[in-house]
Amino acid sequence: MHASLSFDQAPPISVPYRFFLVAPWFGVMAGILLAWSGSDAFVSRWTPEALALTHLIALGFMLQAMCGALFQFIPVAVGGNVWRPKLVANTVQPLLLLATLLLVAGFLFSRPGLLSAAVPFFLLALGGFVMVVALALWRTPATGMTLWAMRMAIGGLAVTVLLGSLLAEALAYGLAVPIVELTNVHLVWGLGGWALMLLAGVSYHVVPMFQLTKPYPLWFTRWFGPLLLLLLLAWSLRLFLDLSRWSMLVTLPLLAILSVYAGLTLWLQYTRRRKIHDATSLYFRVAMVSMLILAISGAAFVLWPALGADPRSVVWLGILAFAGVFVSAISGMMYKIVPFLNWLHLQRLGGPISAVPNMKKMIPAEAMTGQLRLHVLAVVLLLAAVWQPGLTRLAGLTLAASCAWLGWNLVGSVRRYQGFRDQIRAAA
Amino acid sequence: MSVTAPLFQHHKHCDELFAQAEDACAGGDWATGEKAFALLLDQLETHFTSEEELLFPAFETATGMTSGPTEVMRGEHRQMRDLLGQMKDALASKDSDAFGGAADTLLILMQQHNMKEENILYPMCDNALGSSDVGASLVERLKVS
Repeated sequence: MHASLSFDQAPPISVPYRFFLVAPWFGVMAGILLAWSGSDAFVSRWTPEALALTHLIALGFMLQAMCGALFQFIPVAVGGNVWRPKLVANTVQPLLLLATLLLVAGFLFSRPGLLSAAVPFFLLALGGFVMVVALALWRTPATGMTLWAMRMAIGGLAVTVLLGSLLAEALAYGLAVPIVELTNVHLVWGLGGWALMLLAGVSYHVVPMFQLTKPYPLWFTRWFGPLLLLLLLAWSLRLFLDLSRWSMLVTLPLLAILSVYAGLTLWLQYTRRRKIHDATSLYFRVAMVSMLILAISGAAFVLWPALGADPRSVVWLGILAFAGVFVSAISGMMYKIVPFLNWLHLQRLGGPISAVPNMKKMIPAEAMTGQLRLHVLAVVLLLAAVWQPGLTRLAGLTLAASCAWLGWNLVGSVRRYQGFRDQIRAAA
Repeated sequence: MSVTAPLFQHHKHCDELFAQAEDACAGGDWATGEKAFALLLDQLETHFTSEEELLFPAFETATGMTSGPTEVMRGEHRQMRDLLGQMKDALASKDSDAFGGAADTLLILMQQHNMKEENILYPMCDNALGSSDVGASLVERLKVS
């Protein structure tokens, strides 16, 4: 009975860390690229710099971190067994890294050959990842809305990768496909179908867990994922039908459910039982406030077309989504997961448990909150730079500095893990 | 009511006690903290022993699974007892940093432990023990004093 059930918490510590340790440095690259390209980068979403920046954050920062987190989250939260996690992680992570660098170079230097060269690596890395994760998610006997959200998210990732690969080949070989519409569909599946769906599914667990809030109401967890999926499908119809007249009927409900999710999460946090605040809870707030601003400004762009016609309006929304929502939420999650995993793996070494330092000894609290402040400053400067191009270089440097600090905090945590591990082994 | 429903509710009760103890000790209100912590310690111990002495043996007898999920849960109980011991020491020496660090660690360990029980183990127990009197005994034991 339930032979496939995983009750052990975790894959080897190297599995999630391999991904987590790389992610922030892609943020650093994005910041440096922005500082280097200066005020031209944000003129529109189609500049080579903007496309390169988007993929540095989406694939280098977000996807790396989210893949690493899934290896950890699936066994613990939904009792799924990921097939040979070490082997899969050791294969997927470097392939994904290589594919991302090829793709970004292809955008930045306008070399379509590099875009096409990246495709087989993406298909191999993410095709393998999707299959292994999907198998674990479908075979687990667990139930619940987090599981369903994760199943939908992994489907969203598959759609995003397929559309992205098609786009890369279309650009490389000049295939006759509607590039703009395909890009809009690819983008919304990546941000909504994969990243937001996963974030929501994970929130159902971690928001109550880290802050002792009330659970998300049943009506919400039951409807949010399926409704999001339905709206994404409706949005994708633009590939086949002329949607310009009723595009509003899809966009506004989409923005409305974003605000419900963000507003509800903020309310749950506000009425939480645990009074203590830490970098994780603050980062989650930054993410949710960014999502609310995104929804409100997105709605304004739809309702006042003169405002939305400015190509910079989409850049504004992009910065809110990538830097404001996802980089924030992911950074906050890593600040909780990494110290806990350090502790968990250290106390398994078999020494006396009291010899294992607690989570607060893994990353100094001041280093986390200081980095958080710098990140918020980076987001504000990035948003300001959309309308005041003179600020672009400063915004880029601030983003690079805040991501470097995040990376440094994580590296420090791993070094402390190694130091404590050696001490415990020596004592035993 | 399902067999494990009382355990489910008792998790929430322990969360509440945890938040009170943590809040008081972080703010340096050691007198309140001590009372809240004593209550937390007592209730968690009651919870652990109810599972270890009643639920787990009944589940193991009914299913023949002795080395699987229940073994992992017992191991996590040991870890949580140890962290509670660290919190107790920190409380005695009024060291709010040490208390906070151990509390933070306990919270995550406890929450992911509860998550595994509530999502996976308890439903398995409800299936295996539906017709037994384990549920009534749990209600008896977990009465909040």
